[in-house]
Amino acid sequence: MNRIQATFDRLGQQQRKALIPFVTAGDPSLAMTVPLMHALVAAGADVLELGVPFSDPMADGPTIQRASERALRNGMTLRGVLAMVAEFRRQDTTTPVVLMGYGNPIEAMGWEAFSQRCAEVGVDGVLTVDFPPEESHEAFEHLQRHDIAPIFLLAPTTTEARIEQVAQLARGYVYYVSLKGVTGAGNLDLSAIGEKLPQLRKHIKLPIGVGFGIRDAETARAVADMADAVVIGSRIVQEIENAAPEALLDNVKHFVAGVRAALDK
Amino acid sequence: MTYSYPDNSGHFGPYGGIYMAETLIPAVEELRQQYLRFRDDPEFKAEFEYELKHYVGRPSPIYHARRLSDELGGAQIYLKREDLNHTGAHKINNAIGQALLAKRMGKKRVIAETGAGMHGVATATVAARFGMECIVYMGAEDIQRQAPNVFRMKLLGATVVPVESGSKTLKDACNEAIRDWVTNVESTFYIFGTAAGPHPYPMMVRDFQCVIGNEAKVQMPEMIGRQPDAVIACVGGGSNAIGLFHPYIEDEGVAIIGVEAGGHGIASGEHAAPLTANAKVGVLHGNKVYLIQDENGQIIETHSISAGLDYPGVGPEHCLLKDMGRAQYVAIDDDEALAAFDALCRFEGIIPALESSHALAHAMKIAPKMARDKVLLVNLSGRGDKDMNTVARLKGITL
Repeated sequence: MNRIQATFDRLGQQQRKALIPFVTAGDPSLAMTVPLMHALVAAGADVLELGVPFSDPMADGPTIQRASERALRNGMTLRGVLAMVAEFRRQDTTTPVVLMGYGNPIEAMGWEAFSQRCAEVGVDGVLTVDFPPEESHEAFEHLQRHDIAPIFLLAPTTTEARIEQVAQLARGYVYYVSLKGVTGAGNLDLSAIGEKLPQLRKHIKLPIGVGFGIRDAETARAVADMADAVVIGSRIVQEIENAAPEALLDNVKHFVAGVRAALDK
Repeated sequence: MTYSYPDNSGHFGPYGGIYMAETLIPAVEELRQQYLRFRDDPEFKAEFEYELKHYVGRPSPIYHARRLSDELGGAQIYLKREDLNHTGAHKINNAIGQALLAKRMGKKRVIAETGAGMHGVATATVAARFGMECIVYMGAEDIQRQAPNVFRMKLLGATVVPVESGSKTLKDACNEAIRDWVTNVESTFYIFGTAAGPHPYPMMVRDFQCVIGNEAKVQMPEMIGRQPDAVIACVGGGSNAIGLFHPYIEDEGVAIIGVEAGGHGIASGEHAAPLTANAKVGVLHGNKVYLIQDENGQIIETHSISAGLDYPGVGPEHCLLKDMGRAQYVAIDDDEALAAFDALCRFEGIIPALESSHALAHAMKIAPKMARDKVLLVNLSGRGDKDMNTVARLKGITL
């Protein structure tokens, strides 16, 4: 059984919700990413979303744009991200790791080489923001061959027919984009999420994570009452951006532990 | 040959597609359906043609650049005068088409990206014409390079938003416009400026721009009794080029030549010529195309003297035409483009846009090697008024 399913099965038995933090690999430095990943797990993360920086992050708000720019300036590459996962796996063999980013760096590496390397280093899922199901045939084939879960986005604008289509292809979990906008936007509408999720559940049998615009423990808790998992990205990246280097791990741990406590309450 | 692209899924062979975040997929699907519905609607077509005739001033004439041709001593150079359109470039053809579609879709707010500012001006113009709110995203560096166009857009009532991220040029303006669209997807129509991006844009923009080539196919026989030996146009995203080229694709006696921005030369690595440089194929801004990128798949900053060509990708149909061998793609560097700019000013009394100067420069390069009865039709896609500051600076003159 793969790590994503094992994790959600365990949480299901415990009647707990998954906490999925996102950080951009290589931000604030190459050396800090793996310690950050361990710190997130120690603070209560269940699945890690590791951002692969891209020069043109069209779906991201200013916070993750800046993180991507910092990471690229630090020399972060897709191959480098994969090496970081390998390093993380030396100490942590159970926490699922999902790579999240844009398709072009993977296109440049080649889907087969990428998928094979994902399997070698212990990546569990891959989410490419700008590859909808229509354009994911090749990606899907290679990821499946190596038992890497293709993670798909659904949005408030997604039609019922498309939900069915994604239900066929998705593995691991499905990521519901909670608002019309970019990552970190401020227009989250809880009641709209509440209305959409039953429509998703009619077709999607996998766990559903909700993210984009969740900024505090209280909102995370409210979202967790409706969803199986809560994804928090920009708010954590902001914590990383603002922290002094020596305080960074503690600050991030403190924030994530606060969300964990709210989810488990 | 018969030629029919894109296919139903929006692909031109291996190129094109709809590589967009999920939130926008229903929006591009709605756009596709609405476009297909109105494309053949007699009322829509009549309104489009009326606007092109009475507002834009079409048909644009074809002009025989006789003095320049004589000076070069070879093939005759003819110019398709898109620079004489209202707003001074071909961009208005597409902006009107998309604005008419936006109107029918009930969208009151339009957004656009712009590089040289010509598409921004065209969009601001049609927004004023049809009473729509208009936001134009423009790279901070381009705002510096194209100050007169920024002022024009503001006069026309548009809000110009400077984009400070990335290379602060056209590609970053595209990113920011996409972010606006994803946030305001229900109220907003994205008037995309070139024949690239997610399906249906490459097809739709091409169709609106085909008025250029369709007119030329009628005008050339009237002027010289036959079609030209070659049609030549500059290629950034490639909308003026595909508008001229597409009606000639099945006309195999006519050579098709796309001219990319060679910047400081292909060998320097500082250019905006993905087709000529045989860049790796990749995905950006909704489509799979030849794309200037590093070995890790990160998009590299491009360079061109002309802001309108300063873009790392190119429309998917040009990628297919290159692979098919139906069109040839070449690059003209900054200095060659400037020389052509000067030549047209001095020999013909026409100040061309720096973008169009690239196409002209290639015609000037090949004309002397051709017989005098050969004919090259160059798309003079825009006028050069907007480039006064850039050209003055390059000549060391302060205005």
